[in-house]
Amino acid sequence: MCAMLQIRREICGYCGACVSVCPEGALELIDAYLTVDDHCIGCGICARICPLGALEVTDETGI
Amino acid sequence: MKQEYDILVIGGGPGGALAAKTAALAGCSVCLIEKRPAIGVPVRCAEGVGEELLREFCEPDPKWISAKIDGARIVAPDGTTLDLKPEMAGNEVGFILDRKVFDRELVWQAAEAGADVFVKARAVDAIMQRGAVAGAKVEYGGVQRDVRAKVVIAADGVESKFARWCGIDTTVPMRELETCAQYVLSNIDIDPHKTVFYLGTEIAPEGYVWIFPKGERTANVGIGISGRKSGDGHRARDYLDAFVRDRFPGGKKTELIIGGVSVCKPLESTVADGLIIVGDAARVSDPITGGGIYNAMLTGKLAGQVAAECIAAGDTRKAALAKYDLLWRESRMGKAIARNHAVKEFFITLDDRKLNDLLSSVKNINLDEFSTLTLIKELIKRNPRLLLELRTLQKIIS
Ligand SMILES: Cc1cc2nc3c(=O)[nH]c(=O)nc-3n(C[C@H](O)[C@H](O)[C@H](O)COP(=O)(O)OP(=O)(O)OC[C@H]3O[C@@H](n4cnc5c(N)ncnc54)[C@H](O)[C@@H]3O)c2cc1C
Repeated sequence: MCAMLQIRREICGYCGACVSVCPEGALELIDAYLTVDDHCIGCGICARICPLGALEVTDETGI
Repeated sequence: MKQEYDILVIGGGPGGALAAKTAALAGCSVCLIEKRPAIGVPVRCAEGVGEELLREFCEPDPKWISAKIDGARIVAPDGTTLDLKPEMAGNEVGFILDRKVFDRELVWQAAEAGADVFVKARAVDAIMQRGAVAGAKVEYGGVQRDVRAKVVIAADGVESKFARWCGIDTTVPMRELETCAQYVLSNIDIDPHKTVFYLGTEIAPEGYVWIFPKGERTANVGIGISGRKSGDGHRARDYLDAFVRDRFPGGKKTELIIGGVSVCKPLESTVADGLIIVGDAARVSDPITGGGIYNAMLTGKLAGQVAAECIAAGDTRKAALAKYDLLWRESRMGKAIARNHAVKEFFITLDDRKLNDLLSSVKNINLDEFSTLTLIKELIKRNPRLLLELRTLQKIIS
């Protein structure tokens, strides 16, 4: 995988907005805990729409 | 938790609660599961609801009403205000609820009607049998178990995953997801019985700011903007902070609320074999206002009704459950969603100047009844200059 989604839990307000726009169904909100699974393609839509800026796609290439 | 029920309802919001209550009253065995440890919290809502709409389901109860609203004000980008008089504002916003109490009350009613209720119980997958939905895998108390049902009602809100696990694509397009932030703001000067809406690309691109009173000096002050307008440094919360700094510098933030509202078209089909989808999960919130409390309650109630009928008749296949899909689409709400989606698509093309023109043209209007529809009709009547563009609108409305 070359892109990875980082969830900054100290910023996330676990509202679930990101889950609704994920085209791959890779995100899930478990009560107060957001998870991402390996279906994530790093498209960054969730990172854009997050009302608080808790998500970030990082490039993991070469690490 | 039993291994088998007539109906399994996933989600304890207004949609799930009404579905469970209706089905239980119709004599079905019903189980409602909610993944959070408490119903209704944290709140993800501005809590506005029309009085007459609410009365379709219950008598307003002071214990879950924060404020009664008798007027609304719309503020154009240039500051021009449009006041909607008390007599005519009622249909859009009548009450500001206390959803912590309201949602809980609705679930209590479902429980009293006979439904089993479990909190901190989460559906983690669908059980499929010969292509039909036959229940859910439920995680409860650290144990995963199969709960089978003749009909599953997915009422799992904007973050819905259940329908997706059943093979239905529920993805909300980025531009049609309103990303929202709201403070419960105390110590502010407001009119405690009036809602205020601010429009404009600077204030809230492809969205609006709302002030919904919760008390004499407290209000839900929030914003929704289109997902495509959101990004680093200009997110919903950034816009909200700018607005609050500007208008309510002395306000005390006693609660931070965030969330997403879909303003897209509803799912193409809200039923499948053994499955009904309701409320936000079905993407039935209003495309203009983003309001979805009533829509969730109505679809929930219809789902409970149709599921019970189909179970009694021994046929829970898609074709039988399709009565639900038809019922809500043909209801006033269903028609309003279709129309308001088209109207919304038109409104987001207007720049601030056109918005100013439009709103000042309907200043001091006297409508018999205020609703988004009557307001838009009035806009069309009074704007010969914008006729060409408005003609598209007129077609949508008539
Ligand atoms: C900022 C904001 C402001 C809003 N303002 C208004 C307003 O003023 N007026 C209005 O009418 N509407 C408003 N809305 C919309 C309104 O809140 C929703 O339309 C309404 O709550 C939808 O009800 P629902 O029952 O479909 O879903 P929800 O109320 O979201 O309930 C869904 C429930 O399902 C649970 N759940 C999810 N997945 C699972 C699972 N796998 N297992 C078990 N449980 C699960 C969730 O925890 C949740 O409790 C607003 C929304 C937002 C975000």
